[in-house]
Amino acid sequence: MSAHSPSSSLKTYFAIWIALLVGTALTVTAARIDLRPFNAAIALTIATIKATLVALFFMHIKGASERLTKLVVISAIFFLLILLGLSMSDYATRSWS
Amino acid sequence: MSDSQVAAVQGEARDEVYDPALRHHFAKPEQQRDAASLGMWWFLATEVMFFGGLFCAYLIYRRMYFGEFAAASQTLSWKLGATNTAVLICSSLTVVMAVWAVQTGRRTMLVGNLALTLILGLVFLGIKGIEYREKFEKHHVPGASFEFHEKIPSHPGQYANPQHAQIFFALYFVMTGLHALHMIVGVGIFVYLLTMSWKGRFSPEYNTPIEIGGLYWHFVDIIWIYLFPLLYLIDLHK
Repeated sequence: MSAHSPSSSLKTYFAIWIALLVGTALTVTAARIDLRPFNAAIALTIATIKATLVALFFMHIKGASERLTKLVVISAIFFLLILLGLSMSDYATRSWS
Repeated sequence: MSDSQVAAVQGEARDEVYDPALRHHFAKPEQQRDAASLGMWWFLATEVMFFGGLFCAYLIYRRMYFGEFAAASQTLSWKLGATNTAVLICSSLTVVMAVWAVQTGRRTMLVGNLALTLILGLVFLGIKGIEYREKFEKHHVPGASFEFHEKIPSHPGQYANPQHAQIFFALYFVMTGLHALHMIVGVGIFVYLLTMSWKGRFSPEYNTPIEIGGLYWHFVDIIWIYLFPLLYLIDLHK
């Protein structure tokens, strides 16, 4: 990503914007259908896809010049998963609660 | 090395020395830009842990008191929440358009998109304010005057335990409140960026503040992308 050329084309930005709005509509639609335990999973999956689109294309992780940036992003996700994963596996396996 | 090559190298060196935006402790503009961008990314990584703790608390209590969380969640207006999601997504688009505009040297487009971002940010906060007012009117704010008389959606004969519903609203106010605080900070950053752009401080060669201000704005958008389904859409089909 040089200082003189734009990081991405406007066409890409509009496509991502539409995808994000469609994702929001899908989230609301999916929440109104009874899918038993899968409602939460679907909502979180759509949210994660939307977040990934924002990070890759709007925050320019895709095509970023600095590998260090990618390392920071991956380490943030890694530690978040440790936080959520270990906490939830604890609560999910407590027989006394 | 030929004379012309020497001249080119000297010219290049002179350009770097006299670049007014380049701080003396950086060798090149690219290095300065990467350092600033990396600093913002590190900050955002700490923000992931900041919000992550709240998401963790939310998940634990949602698992424990799912019925009450569903009942409390359904007193929120998913229409206002969805509108706010769309507003933030549109503001993310105007932010990338502003970054694109400054990288290609279009000043009017830059100023216009920064102004649009600000307006959308304020619309978001306005809608949030309307939602908060309704919570105060219905006594859904955690504290001494908290009241909750709703039934659990999946068990229509059973009233929700107000104590447990209060935990939902406590998390709702802390999470959306912290998010709104970030929006207010973001509005402040964009007022600054708009002023500087108006004065013509940014160019295709120097636009790091627009870029890393944009990173912050997108991050706040991502947080909301998760908050919306988690807070507004629990067990909605019941």
